[in-house]
Parts: sequence; C-alpha cells; structure tokens
Amino acid sequence: MKKVLSGNHAAAVGAQLARVQVSVGYPITPATQVFEAIAEMKSKGEFPGEFIAAESEHSVMAALLGASTAGARTFTATSSHGLAYMHEVLHWVAGARLPIVMIDVNRALAAPWNLWTDQTDSLSQRDTGWMQTYCSTNQEVLDTVLMSFKIAERVMLPSMVVLDGFTLSHSYEPVDVPSQADVDAFLPPFRPELKLDPDQPITFGSLTQPKDYLRLRRRMAADMAEAEDAIEEAGREFGELFGRAYGQLDPYRCEDAETILVTSGAVGSTARAAVDALREKGLKAGNLRLRAFRPFPAKALRAFVRPGMKLAVVDRNYSPGMGGIFAQELKAALYPRPGVSVHGYVTGLGGGDITVELLKEVWERVDEAPPAEIPAATWVEDAR
Amino acid sequence: MPLLDEEPRAYPRVLIATRSMDENHTGNWRTMRPVIDAKACTGCNICWKLCPEACVDLTDKVPEIDMDYCKGCGICVAECPAKCVDFIAESAS
Repeated sequence: MKKVLSGNHAAAVGAQLARVQVSVGYPITPATQVFEAIAEMKSKGEFPGEFIAAESEHSVMAALLGASTAGARTFTATSSHGLAYMHEVLHWVAGARLPIVMIDVNRALAAPWNLWTDQTDSLSQRDTGWMQTYCSTNQEVLDTVLMSFKIAERVMLPSMVVLDGFTLSHSYEPVDVPSQADVDAFLPPFRPELKLDPDQPITFGSLTQPKDYLRLRRRMAADMAEAEDAIEEAGREFGELFGRAYGQLDPYRCEDAETILVTSGAVGSTARAAVDALREKGLKAGNLRLRAFRPFPAKALRAFVRPGMKLAVVDRNYSPGMGGIFAQELKAALYPRPGVSVHGYVTGLGGGDITVELLKEVWERVDEAPPAEIPAATWVEDAR
Repeated sequence: MPLLDEEPRAYPRVLIATRSMDENHTGNWRTMRPVIDAKACTGCNICWKLCPEACVDLTDKVPEIDMDYCKGCGICVAECPAKCVDFIAESAS
C-alpha cells in the first residue's frame, strides 16, 4: 500500500513491520519523530514490541545491549551528539556481536550548534564495528531497515541505517509499505545461538587474554567480509519479493562514463538529475552512489572502476587534518589505482544545499582537470 | 612468525563462561598470606572491620579469613592490636 511518509516515519514503519521486540529511545532533533511515531503506534496497540524511554543515549544503547543479549530483536534511532554519547557502548555492542539496528539521522556536531545534515556524526563511528548504509529516499529507508535486520542477524554485527537530517527525515515522499505477510516471508524471527537464559546461566564478555582477543577481532573481520556478500544477497532477494533490488553500490548511467560523481545519501538522488542534465549536453557523465560504507565495498569498487576514470567524490563530511572521508576511503580501497584519479570535494557541511547546479559544476571542473594526484580536498559551496 | 590465516577460519564469535561468578576466585592474586595465631587472638574483630575485600568471616572468637578471595593486602596484619596475624610468603604455605 502506498503511503505518504517522512523519512523518520518510514523508519518507524520499518521497525513495526520487522516485529521489533524492544525499542529504546531518547529524543534528539532531527530523529525524535521516529519515537513519536513508535509511541503513537504503541498507544494504539499497533507496535508489537516494548518501548522504553531512557534517560540518555548512553543508557539507550546499554538497554538495547541487554535486550539483544536476551535474544530480542532491537531498534533505536538517534543523531549527532546522541550518537557521539553512545560511542562507548557502540564498541561493546559490536564486540558482543549483537545485531541491533539503529537509525542515524545525519546532523552536524557542535561547536557551534547546528541542526542540519552532515555525515561526520555517523562517519566518526566507522571503527566501532557497526555496519553503515546510506539511504537516498524514504522508500530506501524503510526497505533498508528490513534488509539490515536480515543482514545483521546473519553475520551477527550491528547495523546503522543512515539518512540525511531534514532532507529526508522531515521530507514527505510516496512510500510503498509492504504487507506484514510479505515482510514475514522475507524476515524470519531472530533466533540467536546464545542468549541470556536463567535456566542455562552463562557469562558474556569476561576478561579475555590477548591471544583470544586477536582471534575474536579476526572473526569479526571475516564476518564483515561475509557482510559484503550478505548485503548483495539480501538486496537481490528483496528485489525478487518487492520489486526493488539493492546492492552495495548504486551506479547510474555509468556504462560509458569517464568522469563520475561519487555520492551518498540524498545527494545520490540529486546527482541523478545532474547526470541527466549533463547527458543532455552530450557529456559522458555518470553517478556512483555508495550505499554501503561499512563494510567498505572495496571489492565491488575495484570491479567497477576502469583505467582512465575520474571520480569526483562529493563529501558532506570532513575529517580535520585529512579531508573528505568517502574520498579518503575510496583512495585506500583502490590503491594502487589502475589509471583512476580521485578528486575530493568537501561541501554542504552543516546542511548547506548540494544542488543539481553545484553537482554539475563539480563534475565539469573534474572533467576538465588533469588526471593528476590531488591530495587535498577542494572546498566548494552552492552560489545560489 | 605465525600467520593467523593458516588457522581454521571458524573461531567463535563470542567467548562465554559457563561457571557462576561466585566461583570467580581471586585468591590466586595473593603473594603473601595472613595467618591468625588462634591462641593470641583476643576476638576484637578489628580485622573483620578493616578488611577492604570483606573476606574476614566472624566466628565465636577467632575470625576466619576466606582464602578464595583474600588478596593478601596485609591490612589485617598491620592493624591487629594483639599482633597475632602472621604474614607468610604464599610459596612457603
């Protein structure tokens, strides 16, 4: 059934359809609506699980850690400072191999205060062991919540579903809401091998010596590698059932393109319009949208690039002292590059508009640039 | 240099302990062991009061030290008014 939903409401409906058993939340702009929607569903008897209002984001993730260890399917949403406050428990959840699914609505970090979209909040959690998927439409938010539970429960790693603050979280779009029966066919109940059980008491996470710790992290690496396949397989199966297939990468008109915009999140949809406009002028433009950031789709990217390609990476994020984060990760994944040059553009920080016009200008600038090594990011903004 | 790649790929995702935390004995951290001279003990219970690990158990007269948890800090040895707690090397006991 088609409904008109905001990105936040699409996330809440995804959690409802996934039959989430425990959801814990603490409000933060621009993610609060996710819990407002869940609380409303709960009050009408339409949300199957428990909903707990915690006293902080650190407590949110700690409560989910307990619920997930007890074998429940768990869900939350946060943003920016809330996500940063969870940081310690994010590591614990990943190391404990708990498949919690969390929405992060991208928002800039202070100082100074800023409420608008910026990917630095989620990207600065990249080493915690959480998978991360960046969505470009509200439909994709709902679909990705469902797929993330399937992937997370297969590889036993937590998963972050990321959407742009306001651009998606508060914008309304038509969203095809699948039936409960179809979702149940795609997503079976969560049945962990180990869980807290008073009849069979066991202790988790006790002091571990270096030899074991190293091997536990190596197992995590193996499961992250398996997640690359799991994302592709879940995306294909989702496509067969619901008519919308997904993968780690989302290429658009890239077949004969030599200069390619590399985007993520809602900018990925704007970039399609920019590519169409450039193609109308007879230019060989393409857009490559990265859905997966963790695991980083290095294998898929190496298979995608061709010698002579120029990649114009649009980063709505910044790692001070290094550059745009997607550009840096892309360079690392492609090294040594077979004649591929990566051009990093930092723009739209703190919610600045990334328009069709700006993306066209970035593409044209990179298309004319020599395919040389450009170590530093180019900072740009929309003139309009 | 051992390469982990040569080990079997299957390693557990988490390690668990099946014993109770009650059995998580910490007495093996001890290098020195307190030994109460029952004849000299006055039963004042100062050692019971001051033990930071609360592992001195009250009895009718001479307290008993729970060696499953005593870490050998020596506070009871230093504080005993009757000087009746010996402190001996764990290797000698």
